[in-house]
Amino acid sequence: MTMMTMMTMMDAIDAAIAAEMRTDPSVLVFGEGVATKRTALRDEFGAARVRNTPLAEGIIAGTAAGAAATGLRPIVDLLFAPFLCYAMDEIVNAAGKLRYLSGGQFSFPMVVLAHTGGGWGVGGQHNHNLEAWFAHAPGLKVAMPSTPADAWGLMRAAIRDDNPVLIFTDMALAYAPGELGETAVPIGQARVAREGSDVTLIGYGKTVPACLEAAAELARASIAAEVLDLRSLKPLDEAAILRSVRKTGRVVIAHEASRTCGIGAEVAAMVADAAFASLRAPVRRLTGPDAPVAACFPLEAAYSPAPAAIAAAARDLMGDHVPRDLALAV
Amino acid sequence: MNTEWMIEALERMMLIRAHEETAAALQQAGRAPGSCTAIGGEASAVGVVWALGEDDEILTNHRSAGHLLARGADPNRLLAEIMGRQDGYCGGKSGPLHVSASELGVVLTSTIVGGELALATGVALSRRMAGREGVVACFFGDGAACQGRFHESVNLAAVWGLPVLYVCENNHWQAFVHRDETMLVDSIAARAPGYGIEGARVDGTDVIAVHEAARHAIARIAETGRPYLLETVTYRLRGHFEPDDMAYVDPQEHASWAARDPIDLLRNRLVGSGALDRATLDGIEARVARRISMAEAFASASPFPAPEALTTHVYA
Ligand SMILES: Cc1ncc(C[n+]2csc(CCOP(=O)(O)OP(=O)(O)O)c2C)c(N)n1
Repeated sequence: MTMMTMMTMMDAIDAAIAAEMRTDPSVLVFGEGVATKRTALRDEFGAARVRNTPLAEGIIAGTAAGAAATGLRPIVDLLFAPFLCYAMDEIVNAAGKLRYLSGGQFSFPMVVLAHTGGGWGVGGQHNHNLEAWFAHAPGLKVAMPSTPADAWGLMRAAIRDDNPVLIFTDMALAYAPGELGETAVPIGQARVAREGSDVTLIGYGKTVPACLEAAAELARASIAAEVLDLRSLKPLDEAAILRSVRKTGRVVIAHEASRTCGIGAEVAAMVADAAFASLRAPVRRLTGPDAPVAACFPLEAAYSPAPAAIAAAARDLMGDHVPRDLALAV
Repeated sequence: MNTEWMIEALERMMLIRAHEETAAALQQAGRAPGSCTAIGGEASAVGVVWALGEDDEILTNHRSAGHLLARGADPNRLLAEIMGRQDGYCGGKSGPLHVSASELGVVLTSTIVGGELALATGVALSRRMAGREGVVACFFGDGAACQGRFHESVNLAAVWGLPVLYVCENNHWQAFVHRDETMLVDSIAARAPGYGIEGARVDGTDVIAVHEAARHAIARIAETGRPYLLETVTYRLRGHFEPDDMAYVDPQEHASWAARDPIDLLRNRLVGSGALDRATLDGIEARVARRISMAEAFASASPFPAPEALTTHVYA
């Protein structure tokens, strides 16, 4: 038996970076304060491969894209997700498009890290779940782990990926310890976090623990909820989503990001398109409001779908519909 | 500056300091999110803001409390905002980082570093188009001066002849990175001629020097019709954000700047010259402490915004 390693998501990401840097000399990491704050990496790999940058997200992302196109595998830390707006041009217009536009001559093996979600009371210019913006942009991959093990695995896969991958870390989960796994987690593969047959609860990031709590509550009412952790938002694991929906016939999708054009809309459309016949109830979306995030703690907490709301939505879907065999008999 | 002005400036700087220490203590007690305090920057805030006219406007950043209090912000409402309460300047939505108070002429605050630089260009354009005299003061850090936005903003304001007083508060830190690591030159003000404008660098620990430099800058904006770049050289005596162990800070460098604490400098100067006696100083200290504890009581009694506030103020 091997001892399980306990680590926070932040430490797991550093451990994954270190592991990849050890085996691949083209991997390097830079960003504002990276060398100051990630001291273990700096000590092991030195100043050339672990660099502080000036406070300038555009040039950080642009440098990463240029370096990635010409033989390096940069990892850049852009701190809080809203700062990606300064880096958006370089990520979207350069890294996301120039492989295609160059007829495949260049590729962009780079990883962009950013924090997202409530938990710190830092307000709307530091807390914004904007993952769907990047999922919408062609050429990019987007992942958002909910556990340290997945953060470790996704990070390793992202560093090895030949495409630009954005990894969002949820602030509320970032410093909670968890067991570390031992394998890379392929980008694009969802995880069944709990098996169930009556309703599928789909989440990512912070709504995964919320869905698990909701599932526990539903179990007390004899409703067997399956919880699916998307892990990757682009590509989405369509097969896993459809497999679960075909089994349960009911879907609740929960995310902290605003509703309009969010990941939930994509999942709902995909389910309606490909598994309409299996649906026994409408697809339900629980999301943050179409509003920026306030700094004050109670408003920040009210922003993200709570376990009770997820459970209530699932119950609602159960109650509105007679069991399948009866429905078929009509 | 006369003695009365200096004593008033001292009291205001002490009020700012006490406010910042309270904000940090509230974070430690779990009663407020972390603030970016401006301890060490009080002379820069008071010296510049007190050079502005009543109708002049201010844009600031995540380290705004000094600018707001120098401008006359109500500590009750400022602390309430930091604690996310309904009676705060922004109804609790800003928290410590984005506080604006249009009634004080603090028109906008951006905690996206460098964002305020871009916005200032537009605020100054409004002023110019309306034919209003005066200036728009834009406070930002040495870190913001590394953003492309700095160059873009100063260049456009220079080309369009906009009345912006750019105030770079160079406190030597950009979160956890020392300024030396991010630029090969010492001075940010030295960039001014590159944009065809004037600039100056001033000791930001000396409130009188800062004040005189700011007044000169404002006069030059009126005379030249162009923006002006003023750099106040200070040091961030407290961490970037609460909590911060400051393990990355060179203790010797910190100590050498702590010995030049702007409040101590002014107090010693006033006491040394006989302009300020112990009793008056005790009176100031007591007044400041009372004012801040009153503010804390007010803020603590103010309710959190109702859940409906989640979706108010999203659209006009
Ligand atoms: C665009 C952007 N990038 C990063 C941050 C995180 N951050 C907040 S304050 C800060 C340091 C800013 O340094 P400087 O401009 O020198 O101002 P100071 O904090 O020293 O007053 C950083 C990196 C941010 N708020 N916005």
